Amino acid sequence: MGKSDTKAEQTPQFESWGRYPQFHADVVPLHWATDFPLKPSPGTPQLPVGLGRSYGDVCLLENGLLLQTVGMDRLLHFDQATGMLRCEAGATLQQILDFAVPRGFFLPVTPGTKYVTVGGAIANDIHGKNHHVAGTFGRHVLRFELVRSDGTRFVCSPIENPEWFAATIGGMGLTGLMTWAEIHLRPIVSRRIDYRGDKFHGIDEFFALSQAASSEYTVAWIDCVSTGRNFARGIFMQGDHSETPGPLTRSKEPKLTFPFDLPEFALNRFSMAAFNSLYFHKQLGRQKVGPVDYEPFFYPLDAVQHWNRMYGKHGLLQFQNVLPHESGREGMLEILRAITKSGLASFLAVIKFFGDVPSVGAMSFPVPGVMLALDFPIRRHRTFELVDRLARITLEHGGRMYSAKDARMTAAQFQAFYPQWQDFARYVDPGFDSAFWQRVTGRRPLDG
Amino acid sequence: MADRPAAKASRHVLALGATSAIAEATLRLLAEQHATFFLVGRNSQRLAAVRNDLLTRGATGATTFTADLDSTAAHPAMLAHAATALGGIDLAFLAHGVLGDQSEAEKNYVAADAILRTNFLSAVSLVTWLANYFESERRGTIAVISSVAGDRGRKSNYVYGASKGGLDIFLDGVRNRIDRAGVHVLTIKPGFVATPMTAHLPKNALFAEPARVAKHIVRAIEKRKDVAYVPPFWALIMLVVRNIPRRIFKKMNM
Repeated sequence: MGKSDTKAEQTPQFESWGRYPQFHADVVPLHWATDFPLKPSPGTPQLPVGLGRSYGDVCLLENGLLLQTVGMDRLLHFDQATGMLRCEAGATLQQILDFAVPRGFFLPVTPGTKYVTVGGAIANDIHGKNHHVAGTFGRHVLRFELVRSDGTRFVCSPIENPEWFAATIGGMGLTGLMTWAEIHLRPIVSRRIDYRGDKFHGIDEFFALSQAASSEYTVAWIDCVSTGRNFARGIFMQGDHSETPGPLTRSKEPKLTFPFDLPEFALNRFSMAAFNSLYFHKQLGRQKVGPVDYEPFFYPLDAVQHWNRMYGKHGLLQFQNVLPHESGREGMLEILRAITKSGLASFLAVIKFFGDVPSVGAMSFPVPGVMLALDFPIRRHRTFELVDRLARITLEHGGRMYSAKDARMTAAQFQAFYPQWQDFARYVDPGFDSAFWQRVTGRRPLDG
Repeated sequence: MADRPAAKASRHVLALGATSAIAEATLRLLAEQHATFFLVGRNSQRLAAVRNDLLTRGATGATTFTADLDSTAAHPAMLAHAATALGGIDLAFLAHGVLGDQSEAEKNYVAADAILRTNFLSAVSLVTWLANYFESERRGTIAVISSVAGDRGRKSNYVYGASKGGLDIFLDGVRNRIDRAGVHVLTIKPGFVATPMTAHLPKNALFAEPARVAKHIVRAIEKRKDVAYVPPFWALIMLVVRNIPRRIFKKMNM
């Protein structure tokens, strides 16, 4: 691993958000669409990366070159009438919001952080709280330019090079470097979200609320720590963009930064139970209704920069899966029981229904069903064994796990979750690779 | 549209070295205030990308012009063309420059000559024309990116430092001459900025993002400051650096 490499000590390492695993790679900042392919083209494998907000190793590559696209952040064209934005692939969702909200537009789909690039959003075909009505981010991408390491450039859309369009959306950056993309923004008349929060006790109440929900955005926070009477309690949150004209101002920069790596003992069964209890009881009544700003609704964690330091220097492992509706209830119960029993769960767990809007990407994660995502502090074997068990339960119930959040799937598990992987492999740029791709194609063993 | 044009003076902006990272970040802020641009740089593809970005962000207009600013003979015609194309210049922003290779410049005068030519002589040529232009207009702003490196010669980059130090003194003199004509001359002294120019350097807490530096530059233009250290904490650092006694300074590794 990178630790024995002296270079790793000198320059700050490019980390994923989970800070596990760690690999040394050289970062090559790209500032212009013409900076790629690199000249002279070296024989070392390359991988485009954005802000490193994926959790595992899809944005890592041992001893390779990471092509960092954040310097390619230009907004190239905007059509106020249609909401079509063309921007370079390194533009971030934060930059787009700062630009679009004062003009009365919003992202068509947003994940739980605005600190991701457009290239990263497409490469991981991200989803948001409106998946059940809007599908994934890729559904709202009109076209993009793809550049291969041999210098070939072509535009991809549903009608131009459609097979490359499908391979690149959700293609984990492996099909080539995306230089620019056109996305379709949606109109809004206010920053405000009409919010409604409902407490629930147990998975059946969550299912009932999900089936009854009519809002564009739905998600539930679920307590994965408490047992007995409080098992699988949570808060079902839903919202819609306010239709009453209101403020369309630009967001303020966050002021808080998590200042240091928390020691390992700080996150334990007791502190997590306290957190979960506090969060559940923060909402006093059974139901809460009212307007909220979009920032705390979509990006509660963005308010604290570097919140991943809370998990200490060993980092965190995220688990995210989806189970089809037929086996969703039984499978999720089995998974939630395994998690609460382990005592390893943390504060941040969400559960949501995915809708049946098909994903555009050949390797996209979302399929219709129920999705669960949560973080575990890394306690080596205990955490790894638990996540492996959750992966096996997911497989037994016909589900799949999310590559952008994963650091521990075995090659066999991945290939069972994504049987189309060999078709996809034909589109991988011969000059590109990633630590994730090496692992799930059986070229790199799991450590530990 | 929700964005209201702000009542700012920098409406017609001539940007020299418009594809530099600090320039681009600064021009974006001016574009949000609906400025009109004349953008000069060496690479037409890069200029086109910057132009599209500025127009998208709210620029009223943007013209690009490809030129190597080392060719001082071409400056008067280019600047006259810019003034006509813009319908008068309100702000001239000089942002071109090279870091150069100090160790090469120590061995080989040609390398030192190239640094001085780009950072000092070409700026002298441009500002000479611009000072006369603005003096006759009796208004306007000349904002020039210098560097904290111009405050004191250090063994690690004294050729670059000398080019910027010379520029500082030249600008001081021009300011002294045309301030009375109502012309604002701003010397901008950035510290470490995370740009392609410094991509090869290991980063530390003193490095600032171009967007942050740009905010301070725009503020300094609006407040008609003479000299602006950006971010401002560099004024304090350089106060200390300038006051280290020479007999100690010459022994230091900086």
